[in-house]
Amino acid sequence: MNKIFYLVFLFIFLLLLQVLVLSNINFLGYINPYLYISFVFFFPLKKNRFPFLITTFFMGLSVDFFLDSGGIHAFSILFIGYIRLFFVRLFFKKTEIDFLLFRLQSEPFGKIFNYVVSLTVIHHLILFSFINFSFDNISDVLLNTLFSSIFTLTLYFIGSYIFTKEQ
Amino acid sequence: MQQIVFFLHKYKYFLFFLFLEFIAIALTFNNLNFHKSKFVNSANFVTGGLYSKATDVSEYLHLKDINKELLDENTRLINKLQQNTFMLDSTIEVEVIDSVLYHQKYIYINARIEKNEYSSQFNYLTINKGIKEGVYSEMAVINSKGIIGITDNVNNNYARVQSILNKNSKINARVKNSNHFGSLEWDGKDYNIVQLIDIPRQAILKIGDTIETGGKSTIFPGGVPVGIISKTYNGNTVNNRIDVQLFNDMSNLGFVYVVKNLHKQEIKSLENTSNE
Repeated sequence: MNKIFYLVFLFIFLLLLQVLVLSNINFLGYINPYLYISFVFFFPLKKNRFPFLITTFFMGLSVDFFLDSGGIHAFSILFIGYIRLFFVRLFFKKTEIDFLLFRLQSEPFGKIFNYVVSLTVIHHLILFSFINFSFDNISDVLLNTLFSSIFTLTLYFIGSYIFTKEQ
Repeated sequence: MQQIVFFLHKYKYFLFFLFLEFIAIALTFNNLNFHKSKFVNSANFVTGGLYSKATDVSEYLHLKDINKELLDENTRLINKLQQNTFMLDSTIEVEVIDSVLYHQKYIYINARIEKNEYSSQFNYLTINKGIKEGVYSEMAVINSKGIIGITDNVNNNYARVQSILNKNSKINARVKNSNHFGSLEWDGKDYNIVQLIDIPRQAILKIGDTIETGGKSTIFPGGVPVGIISKTYNGNTVNNRIDVQLFNDMSNLGFVYVVKNLHKQEIKSLENTSNE
């Protein structure tokens, strides 16, 4: 019960942070962080994946409602939500038995870094390809992906460093 | 049968994933269509209300700028009024306006921008006036400096505006003091610069010339300022394109006017009959 409460709080907090603060930064005119995807990193691994897929989808859809972007954010966050398990297997060498005891913060930093960076870059690449919606400015898409990823990752690591309790 | 059940069981997550992705793609395509984006937009009760609260707070930081803008506009209007009375004095023939035949053509409704956006390719704004105040779809949105966009989705209390900084936006515009017109578009790069295309080649264009709305559509009144020509492309191109630097700073907008055309139905019905 406590866990569900925590997830609901996380959902609302990340959504409001994204739409009221982070989407209005526009650093150098166009660079914004998309920190709401950290919902995917924080959501505990479970054997039954339906609740996770549904909540990530609604997370993206809520951001879409605020930013008038149709279903772009829903699409891209759901995508990394689905392939998250593949990267967990790849970087942390975990199987379904370990999911119950798995905690992202207790893993070594190098592995967390690989995991978070790959998911973030994939998400941003899909997001900016859809936002651009044509094959004209591929260089813009790549540049946007690069800069926004750096921004998001910096914020994510600073945030997780601050909010994690000392073990 | 067992095979099908086994297949569904094995790929249930993947199929569910595909189903949700399909919904997301359908919403994305609908959103790019001007008339179809009914469901996902920021002009509903929850998002509009939240943006309204946020704007209430941030408004205080801009009060000085807003005041100055109002003062500028008032000065300009007073000057115009003075010009008008002077002209009425000096003209020999005074036009008598018959109050029965005379109709006002446009009504201006003031509104506040709740959400502004200029960094993506398809930008939308949200304003705090809706059907209750008489704002409907396809009405022009301007402020004292120039044009801003066209309303597309309207709810009871809020409306969504398709900004001129949207790749789907097409607005009739002309060079000031001539009748050479073209259509105003945006290439999605710089939010200070829009493109005017299909302007006739015989039009004489100089850098620094003013561009204003053409008044050839039922949405925008004629003569609303847009910007100045910042770059011309010489040579025989297909769509004779020029760059226009906007008067408005689209990243810093506060209060706007929604323009309602009272003759819209009349004009539309005329245009429709000629097509048949």
